[in-house]
Amino acid sequence: MSQLFRINGGLTDRSKPINFTFNNKQMVGYEGDTLASALLANGQRLVGRSFKYHRPRGIFSAGSEEPNALVQLRTGAHQEPNTRATVTELFDGLTATSQNHRGSLGFDFMSVTDLLSPFLSAGFYYKTFMWPKAFWEKIYEPIIRSSAGLGSLSMLEDPDKYDKGFLHCDLLIAGSGPSGLTAALAAGHAGLRVIIADEDYVLGGRLLEEDHNIDGISGQDWVLQTLAELTEMSNVRILPRTTIYGAYDHGIYGALERKTDHLADSGDKPRQVLWRIYSKRAMICGGATERSIAFANNDRPGIMLAGAVRAYATRYGVATGNKVAIFTNNDSGWQTALELVAKGVNVVAIIDPRDTAPRTHISGVAMIMGASVCNTSGRKALSRIALSNGQTLNVDCLAVSGGWSPNVHLTCHQRGRPVWNDTIAGFVPGGDLPVGQFVAGAANGDMTLGAALKSGHKTATLIAKDLGFTTNSSKVAKADDENFAIKQFWHVTGHKQRAWIDLQNDVTTKDITQSQAEGFRSVEHLKRYTTLGMATDQGKTSNVLGLAVMAEATGKTIPETGTTIFRPPYSPVAIGAFGGRERGQHFHPTRLTPSHKWAKEQGAEFVEVGNWMRAQWFPKSNDKTWRDSVDREVKKTRTSVGVCDVSTLGKIDIKGRDAAEFLNKIYSNPFAKVPVGRVRYGLMLREDGICYDDGTTARLAEDHFVMTTTTANAVLVYRNMEFARQCLFPDLDVHLISTTDQWAQFAIAGPNSRAVLSKIIDKVDMSNDGFPFMACSNITVCDGTPGRLFRISFSGELAYEVAVPVRYGDALIREIIKAGKEFDITPYGTEALGVMRIEKGHVTGAELNGQVTAFNVNMNNMISIKKDSIGSVLSRREMMIADDQIRLVGVKTVELSDSLASGAHFVAKGEKPTTKNDQGWIASVCYSPHFEQHIGLGFLERGHERHGEIIRAWDGVRGTDILVEIVSAHMYDPEGGLQRG
Amino acid sequence: MIINHPLLGPRDANEFVHLGDESLIDRPDGMADDAANKFHNYMYLRDNPAGKYRELWYHDAGDRSWLVVTRDTLTHEIFDVELARDVARARGRSK
Repeated sequence: MSQLFRINGGLTDRSKPINFTFNNKQMVGYEGDTLASALLANGQRLVGRSFKYHRPRGIFSAGSEEPNALVQLRTGAHQEPNTRATVTELFDGLTATSQNHRGSLGFDFMSVTDLLSPFLSAGFYYKTFMWPKAFWEKIYEPIIRSSAGLGSLSMLEDPDKYDKGFLHCDLLIAGSGPSGLTAALAAGHAGLRVIIADEDYVLGGRLLEEDHNIDGISGQDWVLQTLAELTEMSNVRILPRTTIYGAYDHGIYGALERKTDHLADSGDKPRQVLWRIYSKRAMICGGATERSIAFANNDRPGIMLAGAVRAYATRYGVATGNKVAIFTNNDSGWQTALELVAKGVNVVAIIDPRDTAPRTHISGVAMIMGASVCNTSGRKALSRIALSNGQTLNVDCLAVSGGWSPNVHLTCHQRGRPVWNDTIAGFVPGGDLPVGQFVAGAANGDMTLGAALKSGHKTATLIAKDLGFTTNSSKVAKADDENFAIKQFWHVTGHKQRAWIDLQNDVTTKDITQSQAEGFRSVEHLKRYTTLGMATDQGKTSNVLGLAVMAEATGKTIPETGTTIFRPPYSPVAIGAFGGRERGQHFHPTRLTPSHKWAKEQGAEFVEVGNWMRAQWFPKSNDKTWRDSVDREVKKTRTSVGVCDVSTLGKIDIKGRDAAEFLNKIYSNPFAKVPVGRVRYGLMLREDGICYDDGTTARLAEDHFVMTTTTANAVLVYRNMEFARQCLFPDLDVHLISTTDQWAQFAIAGPNSRAVLSKIIDKVDMSNDGFPFMACSNITVCDGTPGRLFRISFSGELAYEVAVPVRYGDALIREIIKAGKEFDITPYGTEALGVMRIEKGHVTGAELNGQVTAFNVNMNNMISIKKDSIGSVLSRREMMIADDQIRLVGVKTVELSDSLASGAHFVAKGEKPTTKNDQGWIASVCYSPHFEQHIGLGFLERGHERHGEIIRAWDGVRGTDILVEIVSAHMYDPEGGLQRG
Repeated sequence: MIINHPLLGPRDANEFVHLGDESLIDRPDGMADDAANKFHNYMYLRDNPAGKYRELWYHDAGDRSWLVVTRDTLTHEIFDVELARDVARARGRSK
């Protein structure tokens, strides 16, 4: 197909042809074309099927407001559904396919829905698929799902890159039409740091699409001259292909820059960049969007917005038809007629419901006043229109103008409400603009060119002065004000056929009147019931028309009816752009332990613990399953010696004269009198009395403590401690610093741990008297490397933790393994760590889950009543220490072969597993190599006095129901002789 | 939002963690006779004004200071930002 509809003129480069395909048909356009203009040049009028009725649809607009011409762009993983052809810059090799049809675009099996339309009115789904109830999940929903939606996803991972960035400026200008450009000039000359952004790839706004004169030169030349001037200014940044999509608090704007969407291949550069723009002031110069008039069958391919018809002729050199008629209620439609005629486009007639024509004569154009278009025909393309005066006209394009709606969106993103202006028949920004925001040009209701140029310059000059810049009275560009008169004429009545308001969602005038009749009086309800103004175009061409029809139906005025709330984004933003680089493994940072490299060499399996990667177990060649590895690690540790990287535990360094007093307030148990050289276990509560965290804190000097927290709570505990330090006890002499990442720490546990460590530690009396249980000290290891030694035990064995500055961590683990070789030392991972702590009855996050108190975990005696510490008062509330509360217990399966799962509930034998009979739950389980059976920790009502009882562990999720024996939580070495020995 | 940190100047709200009502500074004395009642009020009773509100923010990705930010909950306008420690001292929390 050659470009039969190409005419002279326009901004496309005829020396640069571009090949592309639409539905596998080869076509040619020119550089500067959009996909839409190239399709029209090639005579392709039918481009898609409508959402609900599968009606044939063509290109409707020439901008981002497009409701119809949504296509699938590119192929394979790069495939992108619902791309607006009107804003898709043509590139060589572009492939596009039409959407939303089964069978071909020309013959769509789903178009049967069009015949069923009498049944498919507003609320059809709500009313129809209600019964029988059982049909919903199995029958209705799958059918609706498969027929809903427009384009389809490739279901492949997005191969494109996205980026994010921050920009700062004195003045952000959204839109580069006449007002935006004069504003940029004025602000740029005054010395402000200016960012001017436009969603289009060519700047100039409507000056590209209409013929005007500014300062004696053509509007298009004036744009080129102005851009050349702005480019010279180092304080002005021009961002084409950039949509300001949202206005946020404190002058922050969201912007999406399409970096490589217009290229066949991104060349490994980011496809799009999401900017966060910090502006001192912002000017919205977003122009206005044309809207349609509702009349019977006003949705056929070939029926377009009048401004779009003008834009295709003027900017792209494309005639949208061989015989064009114009239906307008305002003067801009007449301007379109003049420009089309001047370009040699055959304009058959102009139809205007007003009685008096704004002009006396346009050569070759029939002026039909006081009339309207009342029906159209032509199934896949417009062929004829019928007028209210009985006339019919054979046309292939009908240009419709129902007036212009100022683009107030960005002025309303903080719940501002626009106000109705009767003169221009549109909503203009209300008084409650976001802080620092101004509006100029058509977006502010200055619909004529001269006024727009002036208001852009004036507003920018005011802003410059307000920010303290001196404005040298740069001259204002001048142009005439074109006529802009409008009659509020919304829809043609007196017919029974469908007249579309919202083309994207197939909402007709009947849907509006029907929903009004059914009681949907609020405009927000109307929107949701009919879907008016939803989806990718957000009703840019349809909202005001819908409101007007609703207002008429309710007998209210348009301002009384009001608008729906405008929310970001202004136009669709890909989720990929919001994600930026934070996807896949980069969704959050990865933290590696100091022994990670070494553990990897050992073939360790790793597990994510928060951001950390921790060794879970260390498989050996004759381990058949993970359990073999874990059992071996536990047994080896309990019989000889094991080593585990515990650097992930939170470490907080606490210094100051009042450090002990401070800890006394943070921990519920006493800390004031911990001697230097000793470690104490500490229990931390929330202020509401619930257990928060636990850990050990070592006193290395009179004024120096080192606290450990659980891995998961490290950040939160630190934050709470800073809160206590700064807000509750502001004058205590104490300072905190997180040292989690500064120290590598290893637990060495088992009867031979002392022997191994003695080979590494320099000059420390390691005897039980010299360095007893819960001792701590600054030490050196391996001939002089500074470190710390703590005699603490999570496993229940004789155990130590040794810490060195993190840069020595890798070296230290290798030294420990070397020293432990003669004892066959085993590294152990988080699984073995977990098994040993369950055997020993130590609680972790599985038990301290934010629901349990110290009383519940049998540690109520750790809450000192002699002092005021965080949470102590509310921990003593009656219900929290009542006798029948749950208590921490150990459990063992009655049958040695049974296995346990955490989450099982305790139910008495012979009772039904109901909420009423629920006596508690199992929190942690493991297979214990020591007891050679499954064991666990759990909470049971009055559990502390029920040791020896047999009860059911009922698990409704996994469908198990087994008998367990309640025992003390301290299952392994309950007297603690091993860890003290 | 941008929070004008008294020590560091304007910083993006992303760097901060929000806690809640400034009254959390007024922790009662746990050793007082009616401590239980006072703690109940302290923990569970809050104003929820539509308008000016003084609330605690923490500069988590910054200098780790706690701030009292006076913010309009309707418009997000920020009127004042103070170091919480200074506020605490002014409210009599010095020892």
